[in-house]
Amino acid sequence: MVEVNPNLQLRAEVKNLSFSYSTEKKVLNSVSMPIYDTKVTALIGPSGCGKTTLLRCFNRMHDLYKVKEYQGEITLYPEQMNILSKDIDPIEVRMRIGMVFQKPNPFPKTIFENVVYGLRVRGVKKTSFIQERCEKALQQAGLWDEVKDRLNSSAQMLSGGQQQRLCIARALATEPEVLLLDEPTSALDPISTAHVEELIIELKKDVTIVIVTHNLHQAARVSDYTAFMYLGDLIEYGPTTKIFTNPADKRTESYITGRFG
Amino acid sequence: MQQEVRNRKRKDLIFALAGLFSLVFAICTLLVLVLDLWTTGFGRIDYNFLTSFPSRFPAKAGILSAWVGSLCVMLVTAFVAIPIGIAAGVYLEEYAPKNWLTTIIELNITNLAGIPSITFGLMALGLFVYKLQLGQSILTAGLTLALLILPIIIVTTRESIRAIPGTIREAAYAMGASKWQMIQHHLLPYSAGGIITGVIISLSRAIGETAPLITIGALTFIAFLPTSPILHEAPFISFQWLKDSFTVLPIQMFNWVSRPQAEFHVNAAATGLILLLLTLVMNGIAIAIRYRFRKKIKW
Repeated sequence: MVEVNPNLQLRAEVKNLSFSYSTEKKVLNSVSMPIYDTKVTALIGPSGCGKTTLLRCFNRMHDLYKVKEYQGEITLYPEQMNILSKDIDPIEVRMRIGMVFQKPNPFPKTIFENVVYGLRVRGVKKTSFIQERCEKALQQAGLWDEVKDRLNSSAQMLSGGQQQRLCIARALATEPEVLLLDEPTSALDPISTAHVEELIIELKKDVTIVIVTHNLHQAARVSDYTAFMYLGDLIEYGPTTKIFTNPADKRTESYITGRFG
Repeated sequence: MQQEVRNRKRKDLIFALAGLFSLVFAICTLLVLVLDLWTTGFGRIDYNFLTSFPSRFPAKAGILSAWVGSLCVMLVTAFVAIPIGIAAGVYLEEYAPKNWLTTIIELNITNLAGIPSITFGLMALGLFVYKLQLGQSILTAGLTLALLILPIIIVTTRESIRAIPGTIREAAYAMGASKWQMIQHHLLPYSAGGIITGVIISLSRAIGETAPLITIGALTFIAFLPTSPILHEAPFISFQWLKDSFTVLPIQMFNWVSRPQAEFHVNAAATGLILLLLTLVMNGIAIAIRYRFRKKIKW
């Protein structure tokens, strides 16, 4: 059982979360962990351990596909709302929790329309406000200087790294409370990766981040807390420095030293 | 070793030659057809031919009522088939639950696209002409052809939507979009190129259809135009033209071919040429639209 640090402010808490795609096998097995406010939490583990599945529970992405049962809770603070509850509309959850995907997936629209899409969905009409938000989000994503002169050109003209930062800007434009990053740099070159990592460290001042990564060095560099998962179980959770220097579990140690994975 | 490579390359050559031969054969047949129509009919096409009604005298006969009829029928067809076809395609692809009933419906729609068109004519005769008392009118013809091309529009709509990667849907949903917003802001605009292409190609098929229209009782000799849709006094627009009898280009052509006089055959060739040209233009527009959209959106 993971102890919650009372000195830190909680943003979300996963409580005994189990999830399965089909009836036979559980992909998540009673996972419990805290997500602290304005910290970066990294989910690591070998392929198929359930880290992406866990991440996609946070914005109810699984609801898009054939009916799935969530067991357990993800409580969103401060109002302690269980976002997995059937009474909560997934759209409401997604309006508060943003997500950036593994492969950059900008819409085939202009750069401007990509960034402000979240506002369009919410029916925001005021042009000055939309433009302000667009600039701010692009600044936050470190893309403003590169695109400010061509906001009306197609997002598909950008490089892969720029596209991913555009997707981050798109997620930030609606000021989400939590930002989910699903292996955001796995499709990027080293320079773009470094760029995005700097960005993550910069962003955590304002927003809580949960990141899934295959890259252990990345987890060590950007995260404050790390959760190691294996075959659907949460094996170990703790401050990143502790997980990487002095893991309590044998399996965690084998994984971070590269003996399997 | 060398022998073996040479053998394989020979097979390569044989297949390439067979393919080339088939291609040349197909194109030559088409060319001969078009050239034949051209040499016979081109000289006959002039302003008078386009603005005269059919007549007993081949030299005075024209295709005015036929092309106006074709245009009116196509209008009704497009007006009915496009919205229903696109909506049905979107529903099947995005909303319909994935179960055996949906699968049966999907299978049957694909089958419908291959049903002989005269069957649609028979069905329309029973349903629109006798049961619903719509008469042997432009409305009946338009509805019949709409039913005929509906499956094609549904299938192309579904295929165009399916070509949009799932990551785009997820991106839209992750931004908090509702299903309809996702469809309206993303699926429909991104698949518009494919859908419009399908619509135009299906319309160019409908414009050449003869059998179902003869079945419902289209007249072959029409020496008047449908009622004008615009009136000089209130309410200014009239839908009386929907109830008028009509003829269309392929029926006019059929009518002239079946006459004994050679001069009428020339008229038929000229009509055929115009029909061919229309189809060609429509398909050209479809290709241009597809090209433009492909250039704009790549996955």
